[in-house]
Amino acid sequence: MKKISVLDRILLLITGLLAAYQVAVGCDGLRTMPITSYTISFGVLLVAGLLMIILGFEVLDSPLVVIVSTVIPLSLSLGLVSERLVNFTIPYLVFVVIGFLAIVITRYAIPGKAATIVLAVVHGVAGMTIFLLPIILSLRGDAPGGFALVGVGGALIGVGGLLLSFLKGGKPILSRDTIMTVLPSLLLLMTVAFVAGFAFG
Amino acid sequence: MKILTIKFKQYWPLIKSLQTALLLTTGLAGYMSARCPVLNLPTVLALAGSLFLAISGSTVLNMWYDRDIDAKMPRTSKRPLPAGKITSKEALTFGLVISALGVGWALTMDLLYGVVVFAGLFFDVVVYSIWLKRRTAWSIVWGGISGGMPILAGRVLGLGQLDWVGITLSLAVLFWIPTHILTFSMRYHQDYQSAGVPTFPSTYGFQSTRVVIAVSSVIAALAMGVAAYGVGMTWGYLRLMIVLSGGLLVLAISSTVRPSERTNFGLFKYASLYMLSSMLLLFSEGIR
Repeated sequence: MKKISVLDRILLLITGLLAAYQVAVGCDGLRTMPITSYTISFGVLLVAGLLMIILGFEVLDSPLVVIVSTVIPLSLSLGLVSERLVNFTIPYLVFVVIGFLAIVITRYAIPGKAATIVLAVVHGVAGMTIFLLPIILSLRGDAPGGFALVGVGGALIGVGGLLLSFLKGGKPILSRDTIMTVLPSLLLLMTVAFVAGFAFG
Repeated sequence: MKILTIKFKQYWPLIKSLQTALLLTTGLAGYMSARCPVLNLPTVLALAGSLFLAISGSTVLNMWYDRDIDAKMPRTSKRPLPAGKITSKEALTFGLVISALGVGWALTMDLLYGVVVFAGLFFDVVVYSIWLKRRTAWSIVWGGISGGMPILAGRVLGLGQLDWVGITLSLAVLFWIPTHILTFSMRYHQDYQSAGVPTFPSTYGFQSTRVVIAVSSVIAALAMGVAAYGVGMTWGYLRLMIVLSGGLLVLAISSTVRPSERTNFGLFKYASLYMLSSMLLLFSEGIR
């Protein structure tokens, strides 16, 4: 397995610092629901980055990775919906809670095809929300153009999620070592896009 | 000059630079948390200098007193004293001199500050190392109290008095210390056992130790949160502290539920990072 390098650690540290900035400063002035949602998503990203720095890529072998990689897109998309589509907050919150519980239950109680389908549906909806919502809002003029960068971050998180999910599922798109090589850069680019998108948006 | 360089290289490992730096950071953070005129450079430098000397002094004295058990443990057998690079008389003199300089300097700055610094040194060297370390696994509580003294000292120097925030900050460090030390003593429990030093893992078993670590992590995180609130930390910084505390709790619980050497090591490292980050947040809050 590829060992984590000094460069990987530096990239992850910058990712963590950006995520910390977003938690501490980046969502000031918002209402409780978006602040809470963004704090969870960037907080999980921060702690996950720190753990990768400390423990290396082997941490990705933990069964908790699936749960962690679900929390980030779900809470981020909930933050976006509750910030920008206030009327949809409650229905989307219900979807997030049910989706999360469904992933946890199918993962541990009835693993197999059902778990994969649930994972794909929940991730798909959350991923498309993060990818499309900021771009649509920017194109319609309901948000500044820079907000579309959040959608770019959404695309990158989707790529990362796909690579990791297929790897965990035993059908890797790229080799494990290649994924580990690109993962720190991918996480950094994604976080830069998110932080810049929220700052400009 | 060459002799000085050689001596410096021999003496430097005696002060455990990383541990001293972390404790020094807590002292500076405690001072900054008082929101006093932090750009008063002479006071900041004097605080850093006096704490550095006192903390280093107590560490050297610990090394001097523990030289026999250090010699029995592979991890510590290469330290300057057991390796014979420095004589015990040299180390004792060095430790006493820099301890006296540190405490003396602190006392001239502020009496109460000096008393707290002295209390830290006394608890660390006399109560923890000399009296209890070889007798009971609970000695770490007293080691923890001394570990909480630099942050209290910094706060006291900034405020000119003791207050509940300073004591809570000190408690946060006290309860953080088991997370740090017990994960370490689990990793090296064979070493400690062969040296005859009672530890929680050897006295109460690994699983009980993990539970103690989890509980103390919860209390440390709560105390840090309450103290940060008491300092008047902004909501954004508090959110960040909650996130970092959450990571500590998840790791502590995970190490109890799904124990492994890797999780234990991760918790040990994360706990240090957590304390450093919390101190940097307090520090930033002070200069904001």
